[in-house]
Amino acid sequence: MRRAVVAFGRFWWNFLIGDTPELFVGTLLVVGAACLLRHDRTAGLTVVVALTVVFLLASTYRGCRTAIRPAPVDKPRP
Amino acid sequence: MSTTEATLALAVFLASAVEMVEALTIVLATGATRGWRSAIEGSAAGVGLLAVLVAVVGVPLVRYVPIATLRVVVGALLLVLGLSWLRQAILRASGHRAPHDEDQVYSDTVARLRDRSGHASPAAGRRDALGFVVSFKAVLLEGMEVVLIVLSLGASAHRLGLAAASAAAAVIVVGFVGVLIARQLSVIPENIVKMAVGIMLTSFGVFWVAEGMGLRWPGGDLAVPVLIAGFVVVGGIAMAWMRTLRAPPPHAVTLVDRRGIGR
Repeated sequence: MRRAVVAFGRFWWNFLIGDTPELFVGTLLVVGAACLLRHDRTAGLTVVVALTVVFLLASTYRGCRTAIRPAPVDKPRP
Repeated sequence: MSTTEATLALAVFLASAVEMVEALTIVLATGATRGWRSAIEGSAAGVGLLAVLVAVVGVPLVRYVPIATLRVVVGALLLVLGLSWLRQAILRASGHRAPHDEDQVYSDTVARLRDRSGHASPAAGRRDALGFVVSFKAVLLEGMEVVLIVLSLGASAHRLGLAAASAAAAVIVVGFVGVLIARQLSVIPENIVKMAVGIMLTSFGVFWVAEGMGLRWPGGDLAVPVLIAGFVVVGGIAMAWMRTLRAPPPHAVTLVDRRGIGR
């Protein structure tokens, strides 16, 4: 039972955060911005899309800078 | 079928296909090493459990959770998943990350299964616990993301049946193609499919986060294909930009390694 709970928690940790915590934080900020600007349609939609693009580019840039050599091929998870 | 439904079905189909290709590689390696009976039974058990998960979690989600709340939560999940897939595909396409090599995964799995058992495959037609467990876990682990995508896209659009049917179609198609081309799964352009799925999931994520918060998109559902087109452009720009960034010189590798960054 304990192993199952740990495995479940690990799955969600890897799924939501993993090696890209900035995407998780960015998503929270996108949701927060949408909430704050929900009464201003134009500003709300613009900010939501713009923030998403910014976080994608920033995270990809970070991945590019830290990729100092080609990563090993993904291991199978039997 | 509306534009959103068609896009939803395509997104679920492609996402399921990508994950099932990865699972199929391990199932094929298991079948070749430990016997086909256990590999097929393990895979079927994995698919069955995933289908039960969709029914058990998905139906209450659609019936009892307010649609606005569901769309915000699901939109956020899709954003995390979509941005992650898109980022990974851009890094692979721009040469900053090694591509997923199904041939290598196949060889590694075969070697590990042989090492673990220490002897050849069991007699033809006999059940093998190791083969069953490895296939079952491969399908279950790879399928969990598919379940999340089916649940999130299906529940948000109130089209759980359509999403589940698209995933089932992908399982059947990938299984059929896998049998036909056997080990040569590496011929499938996985990174392109992954990028397409990442773009679609990100677009749906942005769409539903805003909708859930009460921000209405101009054109309604037609905003989804517009968002997809926009993220195709952004993905292309990101790829071109990342290609211009060169890897650091060899001595920098040592410095970075010592600090433990980039592992």
